Amino acid sequence: MENLLNIFVKSIFIDNMIFAYFLGMCSYLAVSKTVKTSVGLGFAVIFVLGITMPINYAIENFLLKKGALSWINPELAGIDLSFLSFIIFIAVIAAIVQLVEMIVEKISPTLYNALGIFLPLIAVNCAIMGGALFMQEREYASIAEASVFGLGSGIGWLIAVVGIAAIREKVRYSNIPAPLRGLGITFIITGLMGIAFMAFMGIKL
Amino acid sequence: MEDKQQPLFSAANRKLLLTPIGKNNPITMQVLGICSALAVTVKLEPAFVMAVSVTVVIALSNLIISLLRNTIPPRIRIIVQLTVIAALVILVDQFLKAFVYDVSKQLSVFVGLIITNCIVMGRLEAFAMANKPWQSLLDGIGNGAGYGMILIIVAFFRELLGSGTLWGYPVIPEAAYEAGYVNNGMFILPPMALIAVGIIIWIQRARHKELIEK
Repeated sequence: MENLLNIFVKSIFIDNMIFAYFLGMCSYLAVSKTVKTSVGLGFAVIFVLGITMPINYAIENFLLKKGALSWINPELAGIDLSFLSFIIFIAVIAAIVQLVEMIVEKISPTLYNALGIFLPLIAVNCAIMGGALFMQEREYASIAEASVFGLGSGIGWLIAVVGIAAIREKVRYSNIPAPLRGLGITFIITGLMGIAFMAFMGIKL
Repeated sequence: MEDKQQPLFSAANRKLLLTPIGKNNPITMQVLGICSALAVTVKLEPAFVMAVSVTVVIALSNLIISLLRNTIPPRIRIIVQLTVIAALVILVDQFLKAFVYDVSKQLSVFVGLIITNCIVMGRLEAFAMANKPWQSLLDGIGNGAGYGMILIIVAFFRELLGSGTLWGYPVIPEAAYEAGYVNNGMFILPPMALIAVGIIIWIQRARHKELIEK
């Protein structure tokens, strides 16, 4: 339990997807003009990360890893399919995004209207693919750890994107040097936010 | 049917190759492909390898998609594009693991993230789906080079100021350290990459006034 909590806090604050690894920057810069849209995309990211992470974990550990196929037949233990992981992860993510879109549309039209336009964008959000690859690299011990890591990363992304959107709404009224307006100042503010987030470094529960 | 044959390096084609390096840079103007770019810019060597890998992937995927563009059904084009990109990235990844293992360890997940790098998808959608193979190849190389240029500029300053080395070789003389010069550890940390890109954008837009956002 303590271990799970540790992974959760770590993935939100210390290994924040945006500030520590710059993952999902494209959509981060594109939707952070207003708080409302950024909240929508943030929740969509949490949603998709939370669903794809356990699935990718299962695929990695029961199909792709060296020796992972031994549950079918001990003779298959020598097979290492991990070179396929990129193409399989991206296929899973694209498929899940499509599936989630259809299910949400059927079950909850309100949620669909809120997330609708963002869901297709998410398939190519680096934060999702990055999460899957980090999960593979860090070799989490159980499916619970992987899911918690997925949720935590999503929440960290939401915090970052809502934070920058709120700042950008205010910055619009400031007197910024003309060449720095728009993109330039957003980068610099993100850097400063990243410095602030570094205060969490070294926290361990 | 075929319009007049252009020479391979006509003015229009040279423009395709060169504008992404300067005015229409993919990172500073089109805001594409920042995701996986900045985390690898602590040192010059991985940044260079990353720049070359991305250029290879963009150029080849642009070429392949452009060759296939008339046979791909529009409804499933995203899946086709992702498959082509993913296959190329797997090739690049295996190549790096085989020949420059140390660098591939440093790049860790970021080689895989070339797949979701918006530059690649962006160029396929915006250019390769509507243009001929040769132009697409040039466009891919140009955008890859423009992207790589920013990566290398950022990495140059981060490595020089952060660790006092370039490509792993110390360049700040010992005497400077003895006189009290200290490496700025801040530059090794991720936020400085963002601030460095912000400053590059600032300089670029100050030089080309027409690029300024309203």
